[in-house]
Amino acid sequence: MKKIDILAAALLAIGLWQFIVWVTDAPHYIIPSPLRVVETAFKSRALIAEHTWVTALEVVAGLLIGSALGIISALGLAASGLFRRLFLPILVFSQAVPVFALAPILTLWFGYGIASKIVMTVLIIYFPVTSAFHDGLNRTPRGMLDLAQVMGAKKWQIMWRMRIPAALPALGSGLKLAAVYAPIGAVIGEWVGASNGLGYLMLLANGRAKIDLMFASLIVLALFAVILHGLVGKFTNYLEAYSKGV
Amino acid sequence: MVYGAAWKAKKLMTDAPSICLEGSYSFDNVRLFDNIKLEIPAGQWTCLLGASGVGKSTILRLILGLETGGEFEGEITTSDGLGLNEWVSYMAQSDLLLPWLNVVDNVALGAQLRGEAVDYDRAEQLIERIGLSAHKAKYPNELSGGMRQRVALGRTLMEKRPIMLLDEPFSALDASTRADMQELTFEMLADKTVLLVTHDPAEAARLGHKIVVLSATEAQIWDAPKTPPIRDVNAADVVNCQAALLKHLRGEKNEKN
Repeated sequence: MKKIDILAAALLAIGLWQFIVWVTDAPHYIIPSPLRVVETAFKSRALIAEHTWVTALEVVAGLLIGSALGIISALGLAASGLFRRLFLPILVFSQAVPVFALAPILTLWFGYGIASKIVMTVLIIYFPVTSAFHDGLNRTPRGMLDLAQVMGAKKWQIMWRMRIPAALPALGSGLKLAAVYAPIGAVIGEWVGASNGLGYLMLLANGRAKIDLMFASLIVLALFAVILHGLVGKFTNYLEAYSKGV
Repeated sequence: MVYGAAWKAKKLMTDAPSICLEGSYSFDNVRLFDNIKLEIPAGQWTCLLGASGVGKSTILRLILGLETGGEFEGEITTSDGLGLNEWVSYMAQSDLLLPWLNVVDNVALGAQLRGEAVDYDRAEQLIERIGLSAHKAKYPNELSGGMRQRVALGRTLMEKRPIMLLDEPFSALDASTRADMQELTFEMLADKTVLLVTHDPAEAARLGHKIVVLSATEAQIWDAPKTPPIRDVNAADVVNCQAALLKHLRGEKNEKN
């Protein structure tokens, strides 16, 4: 995407929004105008920043912990047949449980602070990271593994020098998915029970008919998600370039 | 039996062994070849020809000790009575270079995969012999197909093993690169026991001390040209050998159809 195209699309969206406000003549507590939202965002910048910080912390911590757990699990699944036989059925079955339905119980167990949101985020991204990386580790080209066997390679050297580097692009796909899911996990955790964070602020503003503040929080959350996705994308591009030697 | 490092080093100084494969092979209960005997003489090039799907690559994988998916009944023996696993090295049609390693590290891959210290001096010497010193810091995607196959040759030589199994390593190269690569490889693998699986009669006629045509029922020994390899492609006996091989292979194919 070109920068000029993104700018044009943003202007078009804002124009459309303003047009709907004019045409429907809806009161500002139903649909606030773009200008009003910007004004509110500016006036409440300290408040929004404070809550954004909390959500960002939850998302980034969840992303790091969830990715680390996913990577370790994928390595375990790829390296040990026993671990794979025992753990893979549990892992697959656990995906039948809707993670969002666990949010209330996580709040009960981990409290109203950021811990329960981090756990929620970890649970949401763990599976995509594990599954993408595990697939990648199992797709090492057959010929490379034959060569390693003929050379008398050690199992962990094959893992470290062949299977992991060859699987980095697949891990990258998992991490990109995780970057999309992580903010959703944190915000849902906040909706269920919190005293901080953008999800909490949105609920609060909605409940007090401060729709302009709700919109401002929503847009900040969306911007944060886009920036996170961009940063993770830069990292995964690096992984892919390394793996392809470019 | 476990061998010490000193013993191994000594073993590598001695002559390359000959290999003999005798037996039958089936895949999914279908017999691929039946009761064949293939002798690979020590220190020479044996070229194995045959129609596609007749089991040439399977024989090579059996000697390498790699998974074939089928069942082999018979035995593979060496003249020195030792197991093959630690003495064979291998080159495939695909160069199998690791894209994330540069030329030096690809050449030195074997030691790294075994968790041993890498002899970088030797790697650099080999890279010089295969004519890639100017490219040693490059990654595989920066090299041409011929250069990549030369790196694969360097990696094979780095292994210091007396038996070389080559599975159509030149078939993906263009004609002139292929001729260059054949010469370089032949020169580099002098004194080693070599089995070259190929589908190209010209290649067999040029490189083989011994030429074997594999079919479902036998490993037929074909008369190789009298001159020692590597031979001039234009020499009359090489051209004749190539033509006769081609005629034979086409005849077999037509019988099959």
